[in-house]
Amino acid sequence: MKLKFLVSGSIAALAAFSAPAQAQTEIQWWHAMGGPLGEWVNDLAKGFNDSQKEYKVVPTFKGTYDESLPAAIAAYRAGNAPNILQVYEVGTATMMASKGAIVPVWQIMKDAGKKFDIGAYVPAVAGYYTAPNGQMLSLPFNSSTTVFFYNKDAFKAAGLDPSKPPTTWPEVTLAAAKLKASGSTCPLTTSWQGWTQLESFSAWHNVEFATKNNGFGGMDARLVFNGPLQVRHIENLANMAKQGLFVYKGRGNVPDAAFISGECAMSMGSSSTYGQLNKVAKFAFGFSTLPYYPDVPGAPQNTIIGGASLWAMSGKPAEQNKGVAAFFEYLSSPEVQAASHQRTGYLPITKAAFELTEKSGYYQKNPGTDVAVNQMIRKTTNKSRGVRLGNYVQIRAIEDEELEQVWAGKKTAKEGLDEAVKRGNELLAKFQAANKG
Amino acid sequence: MAAEKRVFFRSRWLPWLLLAPQGVVIGVFFFWPAFQAMLQSLQQTDAFGGSVEWVGLDNFRALWNDPTYLASFQTTAVFSVLVAGLGIAISLLLAVFADRVVRGAAIYKTLLIWPYAVAPAVAGVLWLFMFSPSIGIASYWLHALGMSWNSLLNSRHAMALIVMAAVWKQISYNFLFFLAGLASIPKSLIEAAAIDGARPWRRFWSIQFPLLSPTTFFLLVINVVYAFLETFAIVDAATQGGPGRDTSILVYKLVYDFKALDLGGSAAQSVVLMLILIVLTVIQFKYVEKKVNY
Repeated sequence: MKLKFLVSGSIAALAAFSAPAQAQTEIQWWHAMGGPLGEWVNDLAKGFNDSQKEYKVVPTFKGTYDESLPAAIAAYRAGNAPNILQVYEVGTATMMASKGAIVPVWQIMKDAGKKFDIGAYVPAVAGYYTAPNGQMLSLPFNSSTTVFFYNKDAFKAAGLDPSKPPTTWPEVTLAAAKLKASGSTCPLTTSWQGWTQLESFSAWHNVEFATKNNGFGGMDARLVFNGPLQVRHIENLANMAKQGLFVYKGRGNVPDAAFISGECAMSMGSSSTYGQLNKVAKFAFGFSTLPYYPDVPGAPQNTIIGGASLWAMSGKPAEQNKGVAAFFEYLSSPEVQAASHQRTGYLPITKAAFELTEKSGYYQKNPGTDVAVNQMIRKTTNKSRGVRLGNYVQIRAIEDEELEQVWAGKKTAKEGLDEAVKRGNELLAKFQAANKG
Repeated sequence: MAAEKRVFFRSRWLPWLLLAPQGVVIGVFFFWPAFQAMLQSLQQTDAFGGSVEWVGLDNFRALWNDPTYLASFQTTAVFSVLVAGLGIAISLLLAVFADRVVRGAAIYKTLLIWPYAVAPAVAGVLWLFMFSPSIGIASYWLHALGMSWNSLLNSRHAMALIVMAAVWKQISYNFLFFLAGLASIPKSLIEAAAIDGARPWRRFWSIQFPLLSPTTFFLLVINVVYAFLETFAIVDAATQGGPGRDTSILVYKLVYDFKALDLGGSAAQSVVLMLILIVLTVIQFKYVEKKVNY
């Protein structure tokens, strides 16, 4: 009798002690931010976890964008997907076309009873991730845009005014000529050539990149970036290349190194390079808006964002979805947004965050950091909201391949762009076939 | 190859039991994925597996109609011939030299074997940095010699870059086998030839090379497979298939399309690559092995 009492008593005590202090719901977040950006991600999760007790966001670095996406897909197919997945902007069409694999942002917020006002978001940023019916599908997270950067010291040495960067393409050509005359081996280069010289270029001039509003209107969109303006622009760059004014320095963001080392005096690339330049550049540098052709009506309009957004995966219990919604709400709060924007150089995704940063005097203390935002705050048109095309990762590779042939002098600008459009359209047709019905 | 040793097992099931773990590994890690790839190559599917459609040979037809894919056959052929040829020739030369060295032999051998431990991606990045048109030390020297090295826009330069990186990595492996092969040649044969007045060059071609033929044949098969499959990381790190598509070997396009989530297309490419390698290996075993003296 006594033994029985002892045993049941100790079992009860054990049970009481082993019950968790609070049942925290874990939210798995897979991302592709390494290095200092990875620390930023971890700090965001920690900030959220510290601010409440119900949910715990667990961020996991899963490699680069094009490694983490296949990993998540494999996990999803095995029934093991994370709650939140960071997907790069070119994967948007793939995520949107996935049947039932994701829960749209507006839906997850609504189900959790959270207030969600899409008007609070910066149009050019939110528009990229919004469905044709105006509902937001994924939460913009780290959005950058295309900017022009220049080496102020090199400008001074060439007799150019370092506080007056060239804003139009004729001015850029003149500046490049002066820089070359003063001994520069690389007056102008560009990173992410597909993004800066074709996509963002088209939006900046309010010219169509693809039909159906650059793909927002349907999967039967087709590429049209071999139009007269784009051909003219690539031909200009090819001519500059022949004269040694424009020097090709590689794909992706490899050319950033050429600018940071001081080899190239002017370049175009992502606004998120700001953080890196601030840390390591040994010269005075400046940021400016992307150059435009002044004779094109409607230019400059706005530029297209890069970076990534956060998608909520489906098939998760309602409690976890509530946690995802709470985290999204936290991320969108003006204070968190403003702090992130100032720390990383990525754009603030809400207007309130932009105003908060402005009021704090941050833009005055750090000239050039508002260039990216100013390009984006404008109202967008149907041709400048962004680009939403399937198989876009491969299309970007095609753009790189054909442009390289133009720079090498193997093809004319028109031939290169025509070929790129033709090959890209085949991929779009394939995507349409694979995702219909 | 040494004469076969026959081992006789008294029980009927023990051999199978001993082979079973290896069999399971091959089954799970080779046959199952290969089978899945073959299935996937006949399907058109969206990334998440939500909609799967059987399209028969459409993926293969799309590859056949893609001129860039056909061009990459030629690129891969040129690349493999260069890598296998140079890899075997250079390592054979080094092995013959190392065989004759008496003093400090261990140092030379260690240095020559070291690159094998380097991961392919690291090798690609290493050579990329050395030969980078902007910041590479080797391109600096080349410029000083009057050669305008630009692997970003010049296809020949880009191909040279990846061939160098791929061969450098594989030399160690080949070197080890050649060294062992040379050591197994009875010294008496060489001495006899020397007494008969044969010069080193003649001794090599008449005695050492024929007796090395099993090793050379083995390395030929291995090097071709290496050039086709294991060089992906080098191309990815060094040139990303550029400029244009001029260093886009078959395996590079395959992995790129997979990462771009074209699952049917990349599965079809992997099936084609598998068939090519099977055919090449069969050819090698059928025709080249005849010339090997065991």
